[in-house]
Amino acid sequence: MNPSQHIQPVATDKQGHLKNLSEWSPDIAQQLAEGEQIELTEEHWEIIHIIRDYYQQFKISPTMRVLVKAVREKLGPQKGRSIHLMLLFPNSPARQISKIAGLPKPTNCD
Amino acid sequence: MKKFLFVTRHAPYGTSFGKEGLDAVLMGSAFVPVTLLFMDDGVLQLKKDQRAASLNIKDYSPTFAALNDYDVKDIYVSADCLKERGLSAQDLVIPVAVIDDDGIRDLMKKQDVILSF
Amino acid sequence: MILHTVNKSPFSQNTLRSCLRVVSNEDSVVLIEDGVYAALDDSSCSELIKNALQRVAVYSLLPDLKARGIEQRIIHGIQTIDYNDFVSLTEKHARVQSWF
Repeated sequence: MNPSQHIQPVATDKQGHLKNLSEWSPDIAQQLAEGEQIELTEEHWEIIHIIRDYYQQFKISPTMRVLVKAVREKLGPQKGRSIHLMLLFPNSPARQISKIAGLPKPTNCD
Repeated sequence: MKKFLFVTRHAPYGTSFGKEGLDAVLMGSAFVPVTLLFMDDGVLQLKKDQRAASLNIKDYSPTFAALNDYDVKDIYVSADCLKERGLSAQDLVIPVAVIDDDGIRDLMKKQDVILSF
Repeated sequence: MILHTVNKSPFSQNTLRSCLRVVSNEDSVVLIEDGVYAALDDSSCSELIKNALQRVAVYSLLPDLKARGIEQRIIHGIQTIDYNDFVSLTEKHARVQSWF
């Protein structure tokens, strides 16, 4: 196998967030998720899309509380709860989701 | 709980005060009740149609619309400062309460801490 | 011939007033950065530029106007320019005076 066919590792900062946000793609998300030991399922993707939409609209990565609110609005009360996000992204969800979604880390991590 | 007023008095882009103030508000809103006041050139922060991409920098004016999600709902703008710049509330990216100088005086009196950006 | 550049808001500083006090008829004035707020029509500073336009050419940098969302609101008679035009203007004038 030709080593040049390996996926190029993307440039990230010390905390693992993409340096260049425009480099994000679903493949990159897979790669970033692997680094977090997360296997992305449909339920992960719907959260990733919501946080990316939020960033697109407001140019800011939402905090956990705000993300939960956004998820509740889009997917209903069943999924719009901290516990749902914590089960999918166990390690500091708001930070982990923003990282995998190719966004900056939230301004404050509550 | 102490009441915080954040006063923004500088235009966007020329200095980074506005962006820093907004970051501070988003952070502070998780802990204390926050009120926002825009006066002097600070009212220009809220002008609609900003496109910072033309300077190759990040446009943070869409973030003002997220303040509601962060439970920052008391947002005031000086009427005189808007008028001096040929602007009205319709020119701004978010709905605000437009107040006169007497209103600003009363607003400041009610606060425990005033932070200026 | 001097090209005068002004980069501060006329609402918070006196830079533009200082410039207009000494500008000669054959000179030109370019509003850049926060200086472009002087181009806003119907403001308390509009008269400054309107009077200046009677005797000197006034330009404003379009990327700075667009960033601030005011390119549709400027005083009639101000000419908007891009970076290339700015360079040409600098070449056409013997000297540049920056008011900052």
